[in-house]
Amino acid sequence: MGRYDSPAALAALVQPHQVHRDIYTDQEVFQQEMKHLFANAWVFVGHESQTPNKGDYFSTHIGTQPVIQVRHSTGDIHVLLNRCPHKGTKIVIDRQGNTGKFFRCPYHAWSFKTDGCLLAIPLKKGYQDTGLEDTDSGKGMRSVGDVKNYRGFIFARLAEEGISFEEFFGESLSSLDNMVDRSPAGRLEVVGPPLRYMHHCNWKMLVENQTDTCHPMVAHESSAGTAVKLYEELDLPEGAPKPAAMEIIAPFMSPYEFFEGMGIRTWPNGHGHTGVNHSIHSDYSAIPGYFEALCESYGEEKAKAILDENRHNTVYFPNIMIKGPIQQLRVFIPIAADRTVVESYIYRLVDAPDELTARTAMYNRMINAPTSIVGHDDLEMYERAQEGLMVDGMEWVNIQRLIEEDEDFEIEAVENGTTERQMRNQFHAWVKFMTMGQTAEAAE
Amino acid sequence: MSVTRETLIDFIYDEVRMLDEGRYTEWLNLWLPDGHYWMPLDYQQTDPINQTSLMYEDMFMLKLRVERLNGARTFSQKPKSRCHHVIQRPFVDEMDLEAGRFVTTTFMHYVETRLDEQQLLAVTARHELSLVDGALRIANKRVDIVNCDAAFRNIQLLP
Repeated sequence: MGRYDSPAALAALVQPHQVHRDIYTDQEVFQQEMKHLFANAWVFVGHESQTPNKGDYFSTHIGTQPVIQVRHSTGDIHVLLNRCPHKGTKIVIDRQGNTGKFFRCPYHAWSFKTDGCLLAIPLKKGYQDTGLEDTDSGKGMRSVGDVKNYRGFIFARLAEEGISFEEFFGESLSSLDNMVDRSPAGRLEVVGPPLRYMHHCNWKMLVENQTDTCHPMVAHESSAGTAVKLYEELDLPEGAPKPAAMEIIAPFMSPYEFFEGMGIRTWPNGHGHTGVNHSIHSDYSAIPGYFEALCESYGEEKAKAILDENRHNTVYFPNIMIKGPIQQLRVFIPIAADRTVVESYIYRLVDAPDELTARTAMYNRMINAPTSIVGHDDLEMYERAQEGLMVDGMEWVNIQRLIEEDEDFEIEAVENGTTERQMRNQFHAWVKFMTMGQTAEAAE
Repeated sequence: MSVTRETLIDFIYDEVRMLDEGRYTEWLNLWLPDGHYWMPLDYQQTDPINQTSLMYEDMFMLKLRVERLNGARTFSQKPKSRCHHVIQRPFVDEMDLEAGRFVTTTFMHYVETRLDEQQLLAVTARHELSLVDGALRIANKRVDIVNCDAAFRNIQLLP
């Protein structure tokens, strides 16, 4: 028996105003997260444009589970566990490719249709009357519990039974809607491979940071503050174009009042976003021809409404963040209690001017690359925290900024932009999905 | 000056020595004002603008990067990183004496270290050099990392 194999022990790690450090540092808690949280929740897999043609596949992970997103012969996208049901060999190793009409295991040539069904086994008579069809091995490649393609974004639930996609995300889908609506065609396409960035910290530190509005002006002073200083020293004449870095990086130096006023909205099941009223993306310059293209598709009123949203970071619990105004998605892939790979994708707005893609690519490399002068200081903070949490006798992490009595996370709420309510919301959902479906006896 | 293969090769050696010794102001002065330092993300990437790169930096960004390294509140540089290049003899790929335009390709091993961590990157640097007012300057530099698709730790200095 481990310390954390009961729902009660896991739930005790979360208090309204603080969480126990084992949530970040303990490998047993991490294993329970992979077994329960990442099985019960709807987790991002990929975008349909990564597998546009029949037989196209893309390999990734749901939690620590290797999976394959594949376009089946019917045109539907399936998500299969990346394991041959025979001996366990991974079926695909490359990140993407085309497998034709079927997958073929390179070890013993068992083959499977692209929906996972067993197609053929060489020398099959060796299994005659052995009952293979009654075993897991005889059933083909296993599918995840459920898959949803929401406007091109593929999500999966590993568990066979559980919460529906619609109930899990609810009103939070408005952020994804806004990101997709920004294309005059209502469609996004992935652009290039993602940035990949290895962090020696727990995955949740990265997720919490997405709505931490009290860190940019502190942790990023060396990049954003220096950018502002260099720009002032340039002493450019009035109306001269600003260096691109100023538009992207300088808003990180905005004062506390700016972040307080931007607002934070939380939704049930751990989702939430910063930038209800405005955000660091609000003042980007207009791209010629873009508004006109949107008006053409949606009419002027709706086009304005689409662009009036400037949501900053939307967290989709458990492990992605999207930036609607710039079509970026970051996925925080857990590897171990103290290991996380961050993959930062960008998307092109179909039928919109290329300049928008260029700005998005610029944001991605300036802020989120392993070579980014902004990313460097974020990683430094997470890893210092991961190490600092080893201090014994002081084992709780504080999340009580702007806390109120008896907070109800099952309702949508909009609060001051510097509240840590979204972090509390995530931990409320964490307990819910960590303990979901476990029997009453196990809970005792 | 009259440019020879040897002056081009010496220039590349001098540049990496500046980087290894942290002589960044001198290094920035090697650049022409319109230059870009490009580090692609994708293998054999051709477009630096409309897809993600690891770096695609103009002089403002490069100055910002250098200035930040010495800042009082540059937390990821407390303590500072150190770097070390080992380079092969540069290939002189193009040598247009009349236009004063030159291209070199250099294979390097780049080591960056901080605290107990050290990483080794195998890189290929392509330099576009121009002869301006009697001195060689960097017009553009492209740095390809051989394992560009790997999940990297921080790369804080300049390969």
